[in-house]
Amino acid sequence: MAAAPLQSVPAPRPEDQDASVSPETRAGQAYFDRIIADDSRIEPKDWMPEAYRKTLTRQISQHAHSEIIGMQPEANWITRAPSLKRKSILMAKVQDEAGHGLYLYSAAETLGTPRDVLNQQLLDGKAKYSSIFNYPARSWADMGAIGWLVDGAAIANQVPLCRASYGPYGRAMVRICKEESFHQRQGFEILLELSHGTPEQKEMAQDAVNRFYAPALMMFGPPDDDSPNSKQSMAWNIKRFSNDELRQRFVGMIAEQVKVLGLTLPDPELRFDEETGKWIHMELDWQEFKDVIAGRGPCNAQRLARRREAHANGAWVREAARAYAGKQREKQMQKAGAA
Amino acid sequence: MNAPTPAHADHSLDSFGDAAASATRVTPGNALRPEDIAIQTVRPSEDVAQYALRLGDDSLILAQRLGHWISRGPEIEEDIALGNIALDLLGHARSFLTYAGHAWGKTEDDLAYWREEDEFRSAWIFEQPNGDFGVTIARQLVVAIYQRLLYSRLVESADSTIAAIAAKALKEVDYHRDHAIQWTLRLGDGTDESHRRMQAAIELMWPYVDELFDDDELTERVGDAGVRPSTLRGEFDAEIRAVLDEATLALPAVPRASGGGRRGEHTEHLGYLLAEMQVLARKHPGATW
Repeated sequence: MAAAPLQSVPAPRPEDQDASVSPETRAGQAYFDRIIADDSRIEPKDWMPEAYRKTLTRQISQHAHSEIIGMQPEANWITRAPSLKRKSILMAKVQDEAGHGLYLYSAAETLGTPRDVLNQQLLDGKAKYSSIFNYPARSWADMGAIGWLVDGAAIANQVPLCRASYGPYGRAMVRICKEESFHQRQGFEILLELSHGTPEQKEMAQDAVNRFYAPALMMFGPPDDDSPNSKQSMAWNIKRFSNDELRQRFVGMIAEQVKVLGLTLPDPELRFDEETGKWIHMELDWQEFKDVIAGRGPCNAQRLARRREAHANGAWVREAARAYAGKQREKQMQKAGAA
Repeated sequence: MNAPTPAHADHSLDSFGDAAASATRVTPGNALRPEDIAIQTVRPSEDVAQYALRLGDDSLILAQRLGHWISRGPEIEEDIALGNIALDLLGHARSFLTYAGHAWGKTEDDLAYWREEDEFRSAWIFEQPNGDFGVTIARQLVVAIYQRLLYSRLVESADSTIAAIAAKALKEVDYHRDHAIQWTLRLGDGTDESHRRMQAAIELMWPYVDELFDDDELTERVGDAGVRPSTLRGEFDAEIRAVLDEATLALPAVPRASGGGRRGEHTEHLGYLLAEMQVLARKHPGATW
């Protein structure tokens, strides 16, 4: 830090000169700007602009909610998994997602908002989560498509987040990405087994890929010219690549992998453009994207109802744990008092 | 109630990969996996195979029940904990079924997916519905105390494969027991509501306790390869009584259910459980997954 070159500090901005801004804030902002300019890391106790804190709290908690809601479509197949090995892998995977939710809630908490509050925002329908989980997992092959395409897209999105400027977020992402890559592999393996299996199995696999292709591409968010928050996030070193950039990179990856599967992607316009060196894919239905975000997707109501039900059914258990802890504390204090 | 973490926490990046993602607590590399048993050439005798089938079915049916909790727990930590326990039990089931299947040229999946209800040999407690969290914990308490006593004896089994599976399972059911006890204390000695629910849950499960300790011809014939169930009863009673006492819960005075799982006679619940578990595999005979 000490050896950071001077020219990396941005020029003072008008608000920095504002007399109403306290010297502490000005010093904090200068430190923050320098960390960002050096592409280094902001830690929980460091000064940070309110907007940065708010943006990150929203992004990390949405990410955590996505992990938790995302458990549901896959949990849907745990009891019906067609072999014991697959059942075991699927259980481990869904359990990993619960773990990812926990790391992310913990990372979000370092920004000052407790997990209970974040969870309540989800239950109240005020917080968003990834739209992809509002699509139903209708067949076993969806376990493959979700792993390969949905986790694949998540990895493409998340690998750059390992370098996010906010330390706890970046570090959580390192661990999550390692596990996600295992998830993607198992998804690919499920599809590979199906596509080389019976005609019914292959059809099941193709159907799943057909249904998850476009929603997976939409996971990268709206096109760059319709993504108002991206620019600021990139300036803060939270986001490293634009939505469209990541999307075309991902399409290129799966365009190759689908050949190994012996399946096809439901995209007649998919091609590599030699001139720009980029992959071109079909126009996505952004109205559908907006509808699903607005709560009008196939499973929005079901997913939230299930989360609310689990939370409500668990209330007496959480209360019991609190009451028990209180009693234990009291006993300890009595013991200490008697001594 | 977090998922247990390894004793030697290693925060270097190397510790984060797929090894850490593994659901088992036993270090990958020296754990006995169902795949290892599948390539063994040892064929159990008919009696040992039947005995392994019972052990496998007990764990399989309970894993199936617990798997349903994932994404429905009272806390995310419990989704993880119950998921972990389900995974451990499924692992034990796969090992026992694989071993049993050696006697008949069948795989774990042949046995799990293609047997009829009356061919399952699990005891009744394992197939009892989840109920609320208290009911699940009551079932866990009985099962985990029983299985820990059982496996701590089976590590001395005259059959080396049974002994090896038991050795791995023992480390894991030790955690299951701790989890169940910790929750029994919290629910029993928590709020009035949790106390009432937990007492009701223990009473709901109690009729199925005796069957676990019934001796029969097979447990006699299998001899030193197995454990005579009745010999575990004294320790079981002492342990569970101590836990219930501390949890301010009363030992139920309810009559036992007849039982019959070891002969393939089950409660009405098992049919539904199997229908769900087997539906996809049976739709595609001969397919691999």
